Amino acid sequence: MSAPLLEVQGISKRFGPTVALDHVSLTVREGEVLALIGENGAGKSTLLKVLSGAHLADAGSMQILGQPYRPHGPHDAREQGVAMIYQELNLAPDLSVEDNILLGHPGTGGGLLIRGNQRARVRDALDAVGLHDLNPRAIVAEQSVATQQLIEISRALASEARIVLFDEPTSSLPQKDVARLFEIIRRLRGQGLGIVYISHFLEEVREVSDSYSVLRDGRTVGSGRIDDIADTQIVSLMVGRDVNDLYPRVPHEPGEDWVAVDGLVSSPYDAPQSSAISVALRRGEIFGVAGLVGAGRTELLRAVFGLDHTDRGTVTVDGNLVGASVRKRMNAGFGLLSEDRKNEGLAQDLTIIENLTLSGLDQYTRFGFIGLRRRDQAAADWMKKVEVKAHSGRQSVSELSGGNQQKVAIARILHQCADILLLDEPTKGIDVGTKAEIYRMMGQLAAEGKTVVFVSSYLPELLSVCDRVGVMSRGEMREVRDASQWTEDDVMASAIALEETNSTTT
Amino acid sequence: MLKKIFRSQFGPLIALIVIFVLFTVADLIWSEGYFSSTRNMRVMMSSASLIAVPAFGMTIIIIAAGIDLSAGTALTLCGTVLALQLKNSAVAASDPAFLSVIMIGLLLMIGTGCLCGFVNGLLISATKVVPFIVTLGTMTIFLGIGQIIASESTVYAPRENIPDWLRFLCYTGPIDDNYLISGLKVPASVLIAILLAAAVGLLMRYTVFGRNIFAIGSSESTARLCGINVPMTLVAVYTLAGFFVAIGGLLYFADVKNGNPSDGTGKELEIIAAVVLGGGSLSGGRGSILGTMVGALIITVIRSGCSQLSIPNTYTHIIIGGIIIIAVIVDQLRHGSPEWFFRILRQV
Repeated sequence: MSAPLLEVQGISKRFGPTVALDHVSLTVREGEVLALIGENGAGKSTLLKVLSGAHLADAGSMQILGQPYRPHGPHDAREQGVAMIYQELNLAPDLSVEDNILLGHPGTGGGLLIRGNQRARVRDALDAVGLHDLNPRAIVAEQSVATQQLIEISRALASEARIVLFDEPTSSLPQKDVARLFEIIRRLRGQGLGIVYISHFLEEVREVSDSYSVLRDGRTVGSGRIDDIADTQIVSLMVGRDVNDLYPRVPHEPGEDWVAVDGLVSSPYDAPQSSAISVALRRGEIFGVAGLVGAGRTELLRAVFGLDHTDRGTVTVDGNLVGASVRKRMNAGFGLLSEDRKNEGLAQDLTIIENLTLSGLDQYTRFGFIGLRRRDQAAADWMKKVEVKAHSGRQSVSELSGGNQQKVAIARILHQCADILLLDEPTKGIDVGTKAEIYRMMGQLAAEGKTVVFVSSYLPELLSVCDRVGVMSRGEMREVRDASQWTEDDVMASAIALEETNSTTT
Repeated sequence: MLKKIFRSQFGPLIALIVIFVLFTVADLIWSEGYFSSTRNMRVMMSSASLIAVPAFGMTIIIIAAGIDLSAGTALTLCGTVLALQLKNSAVAASDPAFLSVIMIGLLLMIGTGCLCGFVNGLLISATKVVPFIVTLGTMTIFLGIGQIIASESTVYAPRENIPDWLRFLCYTGPIDDNYLISGLKVPASVLIAILLAAAVGLLMRYTVFGRNIFAIGSSESTARLCGINVPMTLVAVYTLAGFFVAIGGLLYFADVKNGNPSDGTGKELEIIAAVVLGGGSLSGGRGSILGTMVGALIITVIRSGCSQLSIPNTYTHIIIGGIIIIAVIVDQLRHGSPEWFFRILRQV
C-alpha cells in the first residue's frame, strides 16, 4: 500500500502553560473525508492551524505522500498543496472574484498582471465549485455568503491543493447551500483530494465523511470509520463521560399570554414588502422560531427589540403599548442576544465585567458616577451563576472560547433584568456540553416565569427544547404549533414549500 | 437610470463638470468672463498638477488603508533641498559644469522624498503603530529638519542659477517658446502629472504589486494569508509615495522659485482632500488615480472660480470644506448607507 496522502504523528503544541495539542496523530488517504470532532477548546482549530502552517508544532512530524512536510507559513502550506477554508471568510471584499482567486500567485511574469491570460484558470476553478454563472470580474463584497465561501474553495483549487481543510464551513450557510457544499466536497473526494472537516453537527459529519477522529483536551481519544460508531458514543468520547441527555429539560408550565406582537411589518428599503407578523407569547414558555436563513427570523427579533425600523405594527406587554425604541423596549423587559457575537453581541476588547454590566449600569450609578465595587461584585455573582470559565472578570472577552463568550452575553441580558429574552442562534458555534448548559439555563428561566424566544437553524434542538415552535418563511410566520406536534419534516416542508401556497393565497 | 449614474464611478467627474459650469456661468454674469479663458484653464491645470502629483502617492497609501500626514512638510523639505543646491551652486545655469550641479540637486531631492517615505513605511511596518500617529510625528520632524537646513528662513535661489526648463516648468503665460513643446501651450507641470498618472495607473491596475496593495487595504489578514509580504509592500508603498512627494516638491519650487519649509504645513490636507474627492476610501481598498486627478481639479476650480468672483479667501475655505463633506456623504450614499435616506427616497 502506498504512503497515505497526509500523515500526522505525535504533534504537540503549547501556548505558555496551556497544552493545546498533546501527541495528536491522524491519517488522511486520497479520496477520504476525515471528520475532526471535539468540544470547543479540544484543539481542533489549533490542529488545523498547525496543518495549514499558521502555527508551528513544538514536536511531532508530518508527511505528505511520504515526503516530510513542515510549512513555515500559510502561504508555504498552500504551495505544498494544503489549503484551509476558514470559518470566518478570508477574502478581500473590495477586490474582484478573479483577483481574490489569484491573490498571492506570481502573476503572468515580470510582476505584470494580464488578467485575460489567467481567466481560463479562474473559470476552471469557478466551474469546479459550480459557480458557472459568476462573472470573474464581479466584486466579492456583492456576493452572498454562500457564494463567497465557494469562491474561497475555488481559490484553494486554483492553487492546486491536494488537501483541503474545512473549519466549520456550514456554520454560516443556509440549508440549501449546505447541500451544495456537500456535493462539492464529494466531488473533490472523487478527484482524489484528501479532506479534513470540522463540524459541530454530528448528522452533517455522518453525511459527508468517511472516517472520524475525536479530540479531547488536545489528545486523540478515538478514531475509525464513521459507520462503525453511534452518535451517543461519539458524544461520550467528546465530553469524556456518558451523556444520556443532550437536551435537558427543566419542568416549567407556560402561563397566560402577556406579550403581543401585532401586525408587525418591517421591511428593509430594498426588499419587497414583507407581510405582517402577529405572535402572542406566554409567561414561562420557550417559543422556538424555525426557518431558513433569510426567512426573516433575525429581522423579526430585531424589530421586536426596536433595533430596526418598523413600518407598521405594535408590541404590547401586559396590555401596555410599548414605543418603538430600544430604550423603551428594554424598559418593558425585552433583551436581545445577537446572532453576531463577535461584532454586535459583545464588545470584544472590554473585560467580562464591563460587558456583563454594559446594559444595566443604572443600578450602580449615582449622580453619573459608577459604583465600581458594587458593579464588580454583581458581575462576579452573575459569572458564577452562568458558570463562565475565566481566570477573572478582568479578562477581556476576546480571550474566552465561543461558549464562554455566549454565557457572558446571556448573563448580560439577565443582568439587565430582562423578562422576555430574544435569543438569536444562541448555540451557534458552541460545543455539545455547553449547548446542554444553555438549554438548561433556558428551562430555568422559563420556570422562573420569563419568556424565551429561541431562534435556531438546528431543528433537533428547537423541537426538543421549546414549548411551541413557529416556522417562518419569506418574512412571514407560516404556522405555530406545540413542539410535540411538529416533526422535522413538517418544519422543513412548511419552511420551503411555501411558494405554491403563497401564490394561491394572494 | 438616475440611480445608475448615481452609483457609477464617474461621480467625481460629473461633480467637476457641474462645478465648472456653475462658475463659468456665474463668471460670465457677474464678472468679466476670465474664468473660462484658455489662459485661466492653463493656470488651473498647472495648480491642479501641484496637488495631483503628491496626491498620486497619497492615493496608493490610502488604498493600502494608510494615511500620510507628513506629505506636506516632506514636500517643502524636498523643494528646500533643491533650492539650497541651486543657491550654493558655484556656477550659473548657462555654464556647462552646471549639469552636474542640477543632476545632484535632483537626485538629492528625490532621495530626500523617498527617504521620508521609507522612514514612514519602516516605522509603520516595524512598530505596528497606526499610520496617523507615525506620520503626525514625522510631519513635525520633517518641518524641523527643513527649518534647520534652511537656517529658519526662506531659501532664495538666484535667478541665474535656475535653468530655463525649471523656471518655465509651471509657466502658463502667452509666450510660445517658454513651453516644453513649443506650439503646444500646455504647461510642463501638467504633462508631468499626466505622464505620472498614466504610469501609476497602469502600475495599480496591471501589476501584482498594485493588486497586492488593494488586497492589503481591503483585508490585511487575507493578504497575509495569501502569502503577500505585507510589511515589505507597505514600505514600498510609502517609499513610492515619497517619490511623488519629491516630484511635487520640484513643481512647488518651480512655481514659487524658492524653498520655504513652513509652506508645507496644511498642504497634506489638500492632498488628502483630493484623494477623498476622487472617491478614495479612508478605510482602504478603494481609490483611483483618475479620481484623484479629478479631485485635485475640483479643488483648484473652486479656488480659481471664487477668486474670479472676488469671494474672499475665508469663504473659499468654507466652500471647499463643505464640498469635501458633501463628496464623502455622496460617496456613502453610493455605497448604500445610511438606510433612512433610501427609505425617504422610496416614499417620495
